[in-house]
Amino acid sequence: MLAFILRRLAQSVAVLLTVAIIAFAMFRFVGDPVNQIVSLDTPAEQVEQVRKDLGLDKPVYIQFVRYIGNALKGDFGQSYQFRQPVTKLLAERAPATLELALMSALFSLIVGIPMGVYTALYRNGFGAKLFQAVSLIGVSLPTFLIGILLIYLFSVHLGWLPSFGRGQVVKITDNWTTGLLTLSGIKALILPAITLGLFQMTLIMRLVRAEMLEVMRTDYIKFARARGLKTRVINFGHALKNTLVPVITIAGLQLGSIIAFAIITETVFQWPGMGVLFLKAVQNVDIPIMAAYLMMIAALFVLINLFVDLLYAAVDPRLRATIRES
Amino acid sequence: MTETTAPHKDPSWLARALDSDIWHSFKSSPVTMLAAFVVLVMTLAALFAPLIAPMNPFDPAQVFLMNANIPPRWMNGGDPQFLLGTDDQGRDLYSAILYGLRVSIFIGVIGVAIACTLGVTLGLVAGYFGGRVDSFIMRIADVQLTFPAILIALLIDGIVRGLLKSASREDIAFGVLVVSIGLAFWVQYARTVRGSTLVEKGRDYIQAARLVGLPAPLIMIRHVLPNVIGPVLVILTINVGLAIITEATLSFLGVGLPPTQPSLGTLISIGNKYLFSGDWWIVTFPGITLALFVLSINLLGDWLRDALNPKLQ
Repeated sequence: MLAFILRRLAQSVAVLLTVAIIAFAMFRFVGDPVNQIVSLDTPAEQVEQVRKDLGLDKPVYIQFVRYIGNALKGDFGQSYQFRQPVTKLLAERAPATLELALMSALFSLIVGIPMGVYTALYRNGFGAKLFQAVSLIGVSLPTFLIGILLIYLFSVHLGWLPSFGRGQVVKITDNWTTGLLTLSGIKALILPAITLGLFQMTLIMRLVRAEMLEVMRTDYIKFARARGLKTRVINFGHALKNTLVPVITIAGLQLGSIIAFAIITETVFQWPGMGVLFLKAVQNVDIPIMAAYLMMIAALFVLINLFVDLLYAAVDPRLRATIRES
Repeated sequence: MTETTAPHKDPSWLARALDSDIWHSFKSSPVTMLAAFVVLVMTLAALFAPLIAPMNPFDPAQVFLMNANIPPRWMNGGDPQFLLGTDDQGRDLYSAILYGLRVSIFIGVIGVAIACTLGVTLGLVAGYFGGRVDSFIMRIADVQLTFPAILIALLIDGIVRGLLKSASREDIAFGVLVVSIGLAFWVQYARTVRGSTLVEKGRDYIQAARLVGLPAPLIMIRHVLPNVIGPVLVILTINVGLAIITEATLSFLGVGLPPTQPSLGTLISIGNKYLFSGDWWIVTFPGITLALFVLSINLLGDWLRDALNPKLQ
């Protein structure tokens, strides 16, 4: 067990290190960082000073170690376009993105699981066929088109919900704001959360359906029927419960990609989050922000993956046995 | 995929194709036939856009700014000249959609071709040689899998922008998009092909080919490749849809094609600006076109996956 944990940890570190090398290479070799900081009429000795301050006069491997060291301390340098520390810029926008991501994950679970159960239980019924068709259309529609569609329907046509921004936000701590405590904040969150969560919802629906169909065929469900248990108890107490482990795993693993896909949703709804910041960085070749965002997403993915793997090993005795054998 | 050589004369390839399982499964699924029809019609319309379209939306001599934002023909204020209305630059929307679809399909197909070539080659090499080469390639694949394709494409776009001077951006936008999509989608091919190559490598016919002394590249291309290509076809179909969505998304986000050579995504992005002023048609028609095309491709891909799956036959 310990060997398994150590091996998984080593793999995670290797992935992060690879991403760090890519991030560093971007920072160092895509354009000259010095040129981005100084202006055209900066005197030559001052340019040299900036170069020295950034440590660019040292050998590349020392620069890399320094870059990693700074990154571990949470320092990713200065943004070229905003002239502010990247970490501060990201931290300011993190609450908006995290709030959006969590709400859409919640939405996809709350709607996706019942839809999956329904389509599995009544799989030849009209409703199930309809849900299946809608889910296929949902997969085929690009996220931004869904967003535009919702804006047109609920903001332009019906005028029920706002089409951009976060509404009124409440400050909880110095750099943590939330829109969940005001009515306008909650209203502003609805459309973006649905847009972002729709794809995950169809994914979860299909997964729950497949798992439920599998479980309903097993002997213990037949036995439960034979014992004369109520259908509701069998469906939800026995069958659904056993499908939830893979569902929660996938939902957890998808959390990382929800945050990455937030780039699109945030652009459509002008949501002041990290995704919009990253997109601006791509458009203006603001490498420090791009590199930091890359590392952040990688760290998030690796952490979630690691957590899920360890949790599996802890929960599932069969998996523990195979680990011991190998 | 078992081909037994019959003693009598082989029937023609057409007769064999019409008698195959795949054709039968195709004929018995009306949804698939409809999807194939839609894909075919739209691809042809895009291919022959210069012949079908009433005007060339890229030709400044045919575009007049005073024709901007005209509603579709059947609405109040519509102009019989413009079936689906015009966009903000006075371009006929119907023509722009035909040309835009052409650009979208073109980028999707070339991008997927790059991804497929790269992924299949790396997968073959990794599976055939094994050892260090294998773990090196597959580790890269693992790292890349941690990032969604759209993020990879955005990153590559940003890096290319940084490396090249911005003045030439419009000229290279097409190439950047295609390469971004190619590099974003190769992993799935590599993993699939590597898996089946590992299985095929142990078979007798490969051992025989080795004993005869055939060079490794020849064995990989002539003997391994035909036996591992089946699942690749499924990924290929679904990926064309994904690539077109990715291209549209990138163009919508403003890092894809410029408004002067619009794809469907660019058209939707333009239309999005006029949603609030009530000019709904600029965004709606390109949106429907995109959704219909991708939906049909996905339906075809789903069908192909089931049809090629031996477990379901």
